[in-house]
Formats: sequence, structure tokens, C-alpha cells
Amino acid sequence: MIPFIVFFVCALLAVAGAIMLIVAWEPIHSALSLVLVMMALAVLYLLLGAEFIAAVQIIVYAGAVMVLFVFVIMLLNAGTEERTNWSKFAKIAGLPLAFFLLLAIAHFLSRTAIGSNIANGPGAVSNAGVSTRALSMALFQQYLFPFEATSILILIALLGALILARKDE
Amino acid sequence: MSVIPISYYLVLSAILFGLGMVGVVFKRNIITIFMSIELMLNAVNLAFVAFARAHNQLDGLVFVFFVIVVAAAEAAVGLAIVIMITQNRQSLNVERVNLLKF
Repeated sequence: MIPFIVFFVCALLAVAGAIMLIVAWEPIHSALSLVLVMMALAVLYLLLGAEFIAAVQIIVYAGAVMVLFVFVIMLLNAGTEERTNWSKFAKIAGLPLAFFLLLAIAHFLSRTAIGSNIANGPGAVSNAGVSTRALSMALFQQYLFPFEATSILILIALLGALILARKDE
Repeated sequence: MSVIPISYYLVLSAILFGLGMVGVVFKRNIITIFMSIELMLNAVNLAFVAFARAHNQLDGLVFVFFVIVVAAAEAAVGLAIVIMITQNRQSLNVERVNLLKF
């Protein structure tokens, strides 16, 4: 019973945060709502038995990435969003089309999942502590090359950000 | 032991992805659009973790790890571009960035 309550509370928080992200007019309010979504998702990851991913979610996403966002909002002094008139098409068809997209994704995802209900019992992934160890084994053995490639990616991103953001001489 | 069906997670992931999509399409502030993209990446991560749990495979978790790394790199470069655009256009409104617009 308790997992269900935790799931529904976190799901509700995540959806509420996502809606607040969209309806807020100040970028800083959007950023704080996104932090709420990420915290709720971290709890859901714990519920799914992925404690390492939950920790990374909080440290990297809610910590580093969101601090970067808030920093840029502060740096650019981003105030209230300008209100603009939407095109006629967006006014009429926007929300129905978005709802249709949501329904389509949910339909296909949950149809895929019906066949894969094998593992709702406790499995290798769900055992606390074992999961992180097994994940690191997979990361440093089977996925060693992609892992090394991400370090190059981060280096390039670092240089790119530096070059983009510097002042012209 | 009561267990939550995996499809609940997938439907939640779809809802979050749809909301992120709505944000990208409807918002006019370039920073908020960026945050909506991050929301979509998070939704995909949730689906990855749910599938990893459903199939008892660790590969999904490894992919989530890579997605988080790429998202961090993307945020760094993207926000640098946002700073550039704002310095050039004096505005955060994406409708002012229309040089290539047909």
C-alpha cells in the first residue's frame, strides 16, 4: 500500500510541477517548478530500485544543471515573459493536438508494457546495493567505450561554452 | 508485497513528455523553452528506468546515465548560446530571433 501512496504523491507533484513550469510567466518560477519535478522523479527512481540514478538525478540535474539555469536567469536579469499573440492555428489546434500526442505516446508505451510485466517481483535490479555495483560493472566493462566518449563530449562542451560566452576582443 | 504496474510509470512519463512538448511549442521565453526540453529528457529517463526494472536489465540505467551526461553538456552549450543571443538581440523572446524564418 505504501509504495502506491508514494507513487501517487510523487506523480502528482511531478505533473503539478510540470504544469507550473508551463503556466508561470517568470522564468525563475519555471526553474523552481522544474526542481520540484526532478525531486519527485528522484523519489520515483528510488521506488524503482535505481538508487544510483536517483542520487545522480539530485546531484547533477537538480544541483548542477538547475543552478546553471538559475545563474543564467540571474545574469540576464530575465523578467516576465513578453505576451505575444499566438497564431490562429495555435489557438485553435494547439492544445487538442498536444493532448492527442500525449494520448498516443501513453497508448503505445503502455501497450508495449503489457507484454513485459514479467519483472514486477523483486529482481536483480531492485535489490538495494546490488544495483549500483552491477551498474558500475556494466558501465566500466560493457559500456567502457561510450563512457570514455562522454568524457570527450564534456570536454568539447566545456570548450564550446567558453568560446561562445566569451566577450569579443 | 504490493507492486506498482510498470504502465503507471510509462503513462506518467508520457504525461511529462507531453507537457514538455507543450512548453516548447507555447512558451516564448528562450530559457523556459530550454527548461521544457530538460523536462522532456527527464520524462524519457523515467521511461528508461521503468523499462530497465520491467525487463530486469541494467542497460536502461546505463542509458539514463548517458542521457544525464549529454543533458548537462547540452545545458552548458545551450545556455552559452542563450547568453550570446540575448546580448545580440537585447531580448529573451524567441520571436525576435527570426533571421532564418521563412
